[in-house]
Amino acid sequence: MTATTESPSTGTARASAVEIDHISKVFGEGASALTAIDGMSVSVRSREFVAVVGASGCGKSTLLSLVAGLTSPTTGTVDVGGHRVAMMFQEASLFPWLTIGGNIEIPMRVNGVPRARRKERVAELLDLVRLSGFARKRPHQLSGGMRQRVALARALAQDADVLLMDEPFGALDAMTRDILHDELERIWRERSLTIMFVTHNVREAVRLGDRVILLSSRPGRVIEEFTVEGERPRRIDSAQIASQAAEITDRLREEVSRHAV
Amino acid sequence: MPSDPSVRDASVQGPHARGSGARDRHVQGLDALEMAPQRQSDRPTAARVAARVWSATWPKLAAVAIVLAAWQAVVWSGWRPVYVLPGPDQVLPRLLTEISSAEFWEALGVTMRRALTGFALALAVGVALGLAVTRFKPLRVAIGSLITGLQTMPSIVWFPFAMLLYGISESAIMFVIVLGAAPSIAGGLTSGIDYVSPQLLRAGQAMGLRGVQHYTLLIVPAALPMFVTGLKQGWAFAWRSLMAGELLVIINQQNSIGWALSQARQFNDSEGLLAYVLIVLCVGILIDVFFSWADRSIRRRWGVAPS
Repeated sequence: MTATTESPSTGTARASAVEIDHISKVFGEGASALTAIDGMSVSVRSREFVAVVGASGCGKSTLLSLVAGLTSPTTGTVDVGGHRVAMMFQEASLFPWLTIGGNIEIPMRVNGVPRARRKERVAELLDLVRLSGFARKRPHQLSGGMRQRVALARALAQDADVLLMDEPFGALDAMTRDILHDELERIWRERSLTIMFVTHNVREAVRLGDRVILLSSRPGRVIEEFTVEGERPRRIDSAQIASQAAEITDRLREEVSRHAV
Repeated sequence: MPSDPSVRDASVQGPHARGSGARDRHVQGLDALEMAPQRQSDRPTAARVAARVWSATWPKLAAVAIVLAAWQAVVWSGWRPVYVLPGPDQVLPRLLTEISSAEFWEALGVTMRRALTGFALALAVGVALGLAVTRFKPLRVAIGSLITGLQTMPSIVWFPFAMLLYGISESAIMFVIVLGAAPSIAGGLTSGIDYVSPQLLRAGQAMGLRGVQHYTLLIVPAALPMFVTGLKQGWAFAWRSLMAGELLVIINQQNSIGWALSQARQFNDSEGLLAYVLIVLCVGILIDVFFSWADRSIRRRWGVAPS
């Protein structure tokens, strides 16, 4: 096992945080086998924000599960270099029987953090996602956007420096999503995170990513990578984002229509 | 930390006033509107509590009044002589004398002790069975449908066999209580565990929950509401089996509710019979109220029922 990088600021010896090397993932066997990912290589630099875009069936979620180590690739290797990896989903998936604070404590209980320290960390993380004072509320008392903030705090409570996000804002209204983009960008910088952000929303990808990786469908392969220009924070309704998103969308459309035939 | 140039952020990065309403409105998006508004009526005052108690109580009082009236009407119609079918005016005073006697409390004590021991046994067997079935696939295929079958079976049919196995003893009654209640408890547990939301399971997996913590922090609390529903149903079966058992398996000279009922029947004491029927009804209602309260408060805490 590689040495654990405790703090991202000292772990700059390695340039890449996530190294995905020629992986493929096949589900099932024989005639019914489904190749979700075929020969995909992606390298994510430390502290980079990578957005992964693709039509449905491009194996985006499978890719994240592989990086998180929830499943293993059929061939190829995924190397996270000892970084701790946390994951966020489209649903906040908070435990309804626990308070907000209790939910954020879960990963710390898994890691054996003592109670007093957990309480401190909860307060600090809630402050970070701007929900201070909500520790004693219950998930069903919060709005969808607030629940995703809690899910983010819970992911950060894992002490991870690589954050995998599977369409985390997909179920939110545009206004809320917009605000959460700003928040995520701020937290990404403050915490020196490395983020892989899966979405099917091209504008969202261009708004957030340093780089946008476009995937093909069935099987998932990397079609093209785009480096996003423009000062942060970008505005999702700016002309620059619109034109770059249009370019990527055209490329995506090409890919989708090729499959539809 | 570099200061954030965004205008929106500038407005929210002010002093960290905890719980400041203005700040919350700034940070939250449109969907803050979906949050349940803080209702003023949530604060309990004496008058509100009284109103709530009254609105919960009067339908029950009305129901009791209707039953008593109907009962009295049948008695007055002369359908059966009064020594066979006494009216509430005779039964209710009898009920009062019964419950002020020491024998009654002794009988109730014996019956409740049996009920609780039987239920505890059924709980142990049911939980063991339920866990075994969820853990081992072949076992589920083998006895999953058997459990459902046992649930629908009237447990009273086991009594002749139980009396052969254990003789005229408390063990025979316990045996039938366990057979009656354990399947419901096992069923509640298995469906509770089966229906833990896959999203929560995935979140737990992503957080690294495994082993004992996977159960204590995720599976057990997630399965609790359905488990309590199973307990409630199991209790109903246990109570029925116990009453049937005390009437069928007459353990001589041991005072119990069932014993009192059969004594009353032998002496053609219809007032006593009806008084004890009312007592059985009341015990059933009280326990049901307890389980409903537990069920409701868990569901409210879990956010699956409106508070």
